[in-house]
Amino acid sequence: MTRHRWRKFVSGLMFGVTAACAAAAVCLLFWILGFLVWNGGRALNFDFFTQLPKPPGELGGGMANAIVGSAQIILIAALIGIPIGFLGGIYLAEFGSGAFPFFVRYTADLLNGVPSIVMGIFAYTVVVRPLHQFSALAGGVALSVILIPTTIRTTEHFLRAVPQMLREGALALGASKWKSIATVVVPAAVRGVATGMILGIARIAGESAPLLFTSFGNQYWSTSLGQPTASLPVMIFTYAISPYADWHRQAWAAGLVLLAVMLLLNVGARVVLPPGTSHRT
Amino acid sequence: MAEAATLSETDTAERPGNTILRRLRTGDEAAHLLTLIFAVVILVIAGLLVLELFRNSGEARHKFGWEFFLTSKWDPVAGQFGALPFIYGTLITSAVALLLSVPLGLGAAIFLSELAPPRVSDALTFIIELLAAVPSVIYGLLAVFALVPLLRDPIQPLLNRTLGFLPIFQGPSYGVGFLAAGIILAIMVVPFIISISRESLLAVPNDQREAALALGATRWESTWHVVVPYARLGIIGSIFLALARALGETMAVTMVIGNTPQIAASLFAPGYTIPAVIANEFTEATADIHLSALVELGLVLFLLTMVINAFARLMVLATTRRGTTNP
Repeated sequence: MTRHRWRKFVSGLMFGVTAACAAAAVCLLFWILGFLVWNGGRALNFDFFTQLPKPPGELGGGMANAIVGSAQIILIAALIGIPIGFLGGIYLAEFGSGAFPFFVRYTADLLNGVPSIVMGIFAYTVVVRPLHQFSALAGGVALSVILIPTTIRTTEHFLRAVPQMLREGALALGASKWKSIATVVVPAAVRGVATGMILGIARIAGESAPLLFTSFGNQYWSTSLGQPTASLPVMIFTYAISPYADWHRQAWAAGLVLLAVMLLLNVGARVVLPPGTSHRT
Repeated sequence: MAEAATLSETDTAERPGNTILRRLRTGDEAAHLLTLIFAVVILVIAGLLVLELFRNSGEARHKFGWEFFLTSKWDPVAGQFGALPFIYGTLITSAVALLLSVPLGLGAAIFLSELAPPRVSDALTFIIELLAAVPSVIYGLLAVFALVPLLRDPIQPLLNRTLGFLPIFQGPSYGVGFLAAGIILAIMVVPFIISISRESLLAVPNDQREAALALGATRWESTWHVVVPYARLGIIGSIFLALARALGETMAVTMVIGNTPQIAASLFAPGYTIPAVIANEFTEATADIHLSALVELGLVLFLLTMVINAFARLMVLATTRRGTTNP
């Protein structure tokens, strides 16, 4: 083989290898999906959504309390995290220039990379310890601390993407700055901002590490936000590492439900996104 | 008349004390202040986080000092806490994860940026990014019921027969252990490497590619010798971001690491990692010193990921001028 043909051959071969790498990564998702649908589909039934967990050894039961518990915890996290993240994001996009906003931005990025279990420790020390009780509230605080940095950055990103001309137009018509933000800039960016929020919620909905010692778990309904509360991700963990076959079955069912919610939120977020824009900050 | 009114208003406005109040009334300053307060909240959270981690680990830090990182006896009953096995386990599993995920991730990123048509590339990237959205507990579930049985038989015995002369592939095969944790971590971090490396590769100016091709390079030579080196900061940044993820990953690792605090040369051996021990023992820690030792582990994890992230984001920032991507 001539040197030239050899080089052509290497080129083709290496690109073939890279294509195989990409194919492997893409196949992973379908393998995960297939595995969960196969195992979870067989295990999922109506009881799963309506019944309380049964004690070990008894067959059947469901995770109704964990589904409601998860919803409660996520709602608390969203109520705390979304307003802070949204308004903070407006500051960074509309009022932020100079060293201080850069510092805020960088801090948000770093907080974004802190392992979620560390946020759990944080919520434990500031909520669980003073109240002497695991609670849905503590779980919500832990998740909100994860939600705030992502929301602040995505909000900023999408507000910055609004053309400067719109702001100038509003100001030229005599609107004050905050009026132009509230009536022109934010509405123009609302789809993107909503996308960011949905992705943020999707992320915290799957978190279990920070909930282990904040909302803990509960085999029954929790009657108040100040009580230990079951959540779907923590239930999957507990059930998967248990020695009972029926609990494994339920873990698969819960895994399928959780994954379906995640995928719906993720795909939904991109449907909301206006065409031609990137969701990344 | 109107002029006089404006004049007197400016007069009062210029007097200190009145200034802020009056400016607040126009709304702009109020909005500025309000949003500023919420932006400051994030600094407060970061500050509180560091403060709480330091405060609550004080007891262990005073009692054990640097010994904490150098001894390997972890005995909550006797009140003895040495973190070496956890640090070892965390580093080994992350190293295995990077060893597996970096070639795969970089290969896929090159394909997606250099070879695939933009539409195909975008669609595939979307699918790969969905992988990053799969909750870690679900990766754990798959690892426990799909990966561990596969490793126990046939993969680990096979590795032992063929590469058993290496100490890392020796010993009994339980399925759970460093290798299982490393593999599942590799699967979890590969989407981050792909999507950020792809961004960096796409940010390379086309002139660079064309110049290399014009000099007679094949397409691969232009990619490997010109485009990849040009994007190297972003690629290295993506690897460090993946490393920070791997170090702090909790659930999936906890489910397959084997939860045995030991330092073993073999990858088949069960071990323990920092996040896993926090997850397993935090609720059971009755003694203050036990809890304090666990919080100190959390502090170590926090500082480690903080430094790596700060470094990685500066690198990614340098190439793509973005600094961060969505989770």
